[in-house]
Amino acid sequence: MKLLFERSTPGHAHTILPELDVDMPALPEGAARGQRPHLPELAEIELGRHYTELAKQTHGVNDGFYPLGSCTMKYNPRVNEQAAALAGFADIHPLQPACTVQGALGVMAETADALAEICGMDAVTLQPAAGAHGEYTGLLLIRAYHLERGDTARTKIIVPDSAHGTNPASAVMAGFTVVSVPSNAQGGVDLDALRAAVGPDTAGLMLTNPNTLGLFDPNILEICRIVHEAGGLCYYDGANLNAVMGHARPGDMGFDCVHVNLHKTFSTPHGGGGPGSGPVGCKAFLSRYLPGPIVRKGEQGYELFKPEKSVGRVRSFHGNFLVVVRALTYITMLGAEGLPEASAHAVLNANYLMKRLEGSWFVPYGELCMHEFVIDVAPLKAETGVSAMDVAKRMLDFGIHPPTMYFPLIVHEALMVEPTETESKAELDAFIEIMDRIWQEAHEDGARLHEAPLACAIGRPDEVGAARNPHLRYEFGDLS
Amino acid sequence: MGSYIPASAQETSELLDAVGIASLDDLYRQVPPEARIDKLDLPSGMSELEALAHLEDLADKDVRFRDVYRGAGAYRHYIPAIVKTVTSKEEFLTAYTPYQAEISQGVLQSIFEYQTQMCELTGMDVSNASVYDGATAAAEGLLMCLDRKRGTVVVSATAHPHVIETVRTYCASRNVPVTVVPAGDGLATDPAAIAAALDATVAAVYVQSPNRYGVIEDVAAIADAAHAAGAKLVQGFNPISLGILKTPREYGADVAVGEGQPLGLPLGFGGPYLGIMCATKDLMRKLPGRIVGETADAQGRRAYVLTLQAREQHIRREKASSNICSNEALCAMTASVYLAAMGDAGLRRAAELSYAHAHYLADRLGELGFALVSPKPFFHEFVTTVPGDAAAIEQALAGKGILCGLPIDEGMLWCATELNSKARIDALIDALKEVGLS
Amino acid sequence: MSNIPENLRYTSSHEWVSEEDGVYTVGLTDFAQDSLGDLVFINLPQEGDEVVAGEAFCDVESVKAVSDVFSPVSGTVVEVNEELADAPELINDDPYGAWIVRVGEVAEVEDLLDAEGYAAVCESEA
Repeated sequence: MKLLFERSTPGHAHTILPELDVDMPALPEGAARGQRPHLPELAEIELGRHYTELAKQTHGVNDGFYPLGSCTMKYNPRVNEQAAALAGFADIHPLQPACTVQGALGVMAETADALAEICGMDAVTLQPAAGAHGEYTGLLLIRAYHLERGDTARTKIIVPDSAHGTNPASAVMAGFTVVSVPSNAQGGVDLDALRAAVGPDTAGLMLTNPNTLGLFDPNILEICRIVHEAGGLCYYDGANLNAVMGHARPGDMGFDCVHVNLHKTFSTPHGGGGPGSGPVGCKAFLSRYLPGPIVRKGEQGYELFKPEKSVGRVRSFHGNFLVVVRALTYITMLGAEGLPEASAHAVLNANYLMKRLEGSWFVPYGELCMHEFVIDVAPLKAETGVSAMDVAKRMLDFGIHPPTMYFPLIVHEALMVEPTETESKAELDAFIEIMDRIWQEAHEDGARLHEAPLACAIGRPDEVGAARNPHLRYEFGDLS
Repeated sequence: MGSYIPASAQETSELLDAVGIASLDDLYRQVPPEARIDKLDLPSGMSELEALAHLEDLADKDVRFRDVYRGAGAYRHYIPAIVKTVTSKEEFLTAYTPYQAEISQGVLQSIFEYQTQMCELTGMDVSNASVYDGATAAAEGLLMCLDRKRGTVVVSATAHPHVIETVRTYCASRNVPVTVVPAGDGLATDPAAIAAALDATVAAVYVQSPNRYGVIEDVAAIADAAHAAGAKLVQGFNPISLGILKTPREYGADVAVGEGQPLGLPLGFGGPYLGIMCATKDLMRKLPGRIVGETADAQGRRAYVLTLQAREQHIRREKASSNICSNEALCAMTASVYLAAMGDAGLRRAAELSYAHAHYLADRLGELGFALVSPKPFFHEFVTTVPGDAAAIEQALAGKGILCGLPIDEGMLWCATELNSKARIDALIDALKEVGLS
Repeated sequence: MSNIPENLRYTSSHEWVSEEDGVYTVGLTDFAQDSLGDLVFINLPQEGDEVVAGEAFCDVESVKAVSDVFSPVSGTVVEVNEELADAPELINDDPYGAWIVRVGEVAEVEDLLDAEGYAAVCESEA
């Protein structure tokens, strides 16, 4: 595919802005730009076709099954887009007087209240822009809590070895050091290791439940108790909330704060990597530390305020508001009954796939999974030489986005499968057939799978070359 | 109740049978009873028609102004029609991060194009695939300059207040001291005051130009001061201004960061926006976030991949310099389509119209006693005195569909873009005369 | 079976060491480069940096992994193999030729393994 710059022809662009209607004052001395930027010149039709071509080389949720573990690639309802496009949301300035944005503040208040209820929390900020940003924000609350009590020795965050990579990275950004605890034979937190890890230096624990193996930790109450008794707080990574909405709440499990991913659980589109939104909820005793401003109901209607001991802003304005609008539309439609139903079907679909696949494929953990499960390709690799990478790449030929590969790290040849609730039995059955076929191919001609994908626009790209000699932009050469 | 589950009762019972359980409830038997709930205390679900009506009712409560003279970090510009058409394509809208390069060349190429455009816009060598917004870009831009020997940062108080607050938050948790240098004369940074704040511990200086008051800063002098002390310069920029104003590279910046919202993104009550981050080649491996690179497949076909990933949290875990995991890919694509549609001439026109309209607006407001607070050059924002009660003026103009400048401690902060035409500015002046000023 | 020259000493974290006139040369072993795969970047220390026995002084990156390099001695970096900055693949091509640093003013040396002892470590991890 040609790049925008390779399609450019001087004189093709159409006129978008009018001529100057007032005098153009001279620029101050020394302020004018020297080198002009190389920006492409394309007719609108050329621009349109360029992006249509790029779209054809992009696999979206509507292009086929997308069982990408821990990413919750559920269907993104169209009505969400319609709501977010309403001019009353899209075309309002973030610094308008509060009396002129009562609708937008209402959206924020309703969403915050609904998320608090779903998570069993007392207060919510919508400011964090993504899951990792939410983790960071939640950890700042924990930090502020200990520091305000003068408990400066609490510098360590405990993270299980099955955690998302963002967990330890967020902990370090929030000023903590990380203590990793191993998983037990069932894939849950090893209680003895946890007891040994906690102490007067424990600031808190970060946990995903269900965890990255797709297992709900049956010891969850005990885990939170151990951390609390040691004086630490418990942070819930909401990446996997889609398994438990309306069935179990982080707040009732014993967690003190939580982030949720609106772009996973609440059906807002991923946009090829963002924008997402990572609201953070907390129990009442932590709410005074939340980043400001947050919305509350005042005498004149909704108003924004900054909590008294706020940790400060984590970004500009009020968060990814238009993402919040989409999530509220979804929550409004599903309501008290629809949210738990969505979770139950997500879990049912995952269990169905697991049961049907575990005849041949090796599933190392769990007789009953939550919304996702992990296949270990190691036995197949030992037998046929076909790796998780080969299996994943072969799926591309069948129009399927592969499961998450090589994660969690504790399963070396992992494929993490999360079908979500928005796939039908027919789609799941088709996936099972494809998996059966790949299983057969691995045994018949495993070497061929090292070449997969065989039918995509490109084969496996040379990632080593890309990293050794980085080409991170188009070079215009002497065109200038 | 709304639902997006394509399962009939018959299909559900087939799935349950295959799994070997009697009911959906049995799926949760691992959950301790104490942690189970029966029902969420939320309203019942509703049809699509009713849900959209509810959101429409909320949207109708917001006042959408015909004329906006307020910027302060969020700018209403004209958005070419092609922009929304492209970014609403379902493939771009719904795809995940392009980890599977073979079926993601479209997204990857668009990010590569975006990176190229950001380099061209700023004059810098490398760009990442974007971060959350301008404020987090500034914070990350400062943090990436830290090294073992230099662990503090200096920020000019003329930066956007949200930028300063975000920098303070990010730095506080990493125990990085922040010195905020007060504004000098004329709402501008005093390069000598910056120089005086520098010592051998300072890793980087942050200055924004045009600054929060619209003033075009003497960035070159600040860059010289920073470099003389062995510190890096991180410059905040407004992307539209670069249609006519000197680039961060031309000023000598090491890192250039900006809020990309003016490039085709709607005001949207503050988000989602776009954090632009560019740097010199020397700092390439210190840039946080995703980066796309060009390579080839085994047959030599050009291909794009996420690259330099060993910098990132999913590999480096607790040793990563940033925890950022996503980018604002769709917003980056928006900016890229915007710049492709506008071209150099269009971008320049947007900058000229904004600059010329702002100066015309300042002149006309001056006639009514709104005097410029600073004699310094400005781009498309400026601060005036307020000959009357700011809140009353704001309210009276709101009644006429006009959002006036933002009342701030120093007076009123006005903004104009290509949308604020001469005719509309004249209408604003008439409206101000009509409502009176006290 | 990876190449383990008899004339070098080793750490259990897969660095090789040779000593001449009190200056210690450190690199990554064949086993290490083979497990890491194609190296794409090395984050080198600077001349004059203090290194501490048993602590990381450098890291190497492959496409999908990053790995610390640990110092077998405490001392001061007196020379850095700058050639690796542009060509980390030299470590893949010739691990015992592509030394990383030379350390002088050595105050402490870890207990090092001989070739046989190190071969046992490799075997246990293979």
